[in-house]
Amino acid sequence: MSDQTTDYQHDDPHTLDANAVAGLLQEVFGAEMTAAAARCGHCGNRAQVGTLHVYDMHGPGIVLRCSICTEMVIRVMRRADGSYLVDARGAAYIRF
Amino acid sequence: MSLNWQIATVQALRDETARVKTVTMLVPGWTSHKPGQHVDIRLTAEDGYQAQRSYSIASAPTDQALVDLTVERVEGGEVSPFLHDEVIVGDRFEVRGPIGGYFVWDGTATDPILLAAGGSGVVPLMAIIRHRAMLGGGPACTLLYSSKTPADIIYKDELDRLAARNDGLRVVHTLTREQPSGWTGYARRIDQEMLADVLAETGKAAQVFVCGPTPLVEAAAAGLVGLGLAPSQIRTERFGPSGA
Repeated sequence: MSDQTTDYQHDDPHTLDANAVAGLLQEVFGAEMTAAAARCGHCGNRAQVGTLHVYDMHGPGIVLRCSICTEMVIRVMRRADGSYLVDARGAAYIRF
Repeated sequence: MSLNWQIATVQALRDETARVKTVTMLVPGWTSHKPGQHVDIRLTAEDGYQAQRSYSIASAPTDQALVDLTVERVEGGEVSPFLHDEVIVGDRFEVRGPIGGYFVWDGTATDPILLAAGGSGVVPLMAIIRHRAMLGGGPACTLLYSSKTPADIIYKDELDRLAARNDGLRVVHTLTREQPSGWTGYARRIDQEMLADVLAETGKAAQVFVCGPTPLVEAAAAGLVGLGLAPSQIRTERFGPSGA
């Protein structure tokens, strides 16, 4: 969103939170995920998946980062054959 | 939980402000949503190119299959200019939803509610306000709503009307760029002092929903934590350029 539509400056205009990709996450995991609990494998912060920050949501994949330490928690890639690749090594756990 | 694409038919279109429009869709088989949830919209061009975006639901859940989306026009976007300039009543496109379980208000909750919005971030919060009104009141609710100018206030008449019911809904505007003459309200961005003012009436047990551009969301969330609220009381939804 540009400054034309808001008075609040964006330091990083490409940051959203996981609410914006809730549909994709539900498609991949087969369950509503934004209310699921996840613990960041880097800093240990425990929070609902909906609080994770999202980058590059219109690229071939999305990266979900911890809102506290900004390290990668979950990465989802859509492959050419239509399958998904989920890299969750940044999560100590995801409970859903 | 399956999430299938369904066909939505446009039932009505309404201008909210010069840049914001509400699209009412009929979605047969719609599963009633919770306030705060959203839908994904998928548009497919004749050559097969698809564009997909997520939009918050503006309407309260009802037993009808009607869903309102309120969409801000984002210049250069792929979906919002289409919804603003091209869609007419009777058009069809694909939707899936309702989606999301984190940024939702459970109508049975009894905690007071504090809503903080910037610009079109008011949309999912309006679903909460409308649902609360349909339930006949409910817990005390304050909306702190930041807009640039009076003409940018979305749902202004409806908010005035609902606040006049004196059923515990309070609407506090801040106008950051242009204020009408004689304006005595806030005229700056949401900050900790402003949050302390509204929290004095709402109380610190409030369940908080913040939606708007990232800087507003972060200022509000940090301000509230600074005032002693637990992070777990505060649900946030950031929107950015993807709303296009």
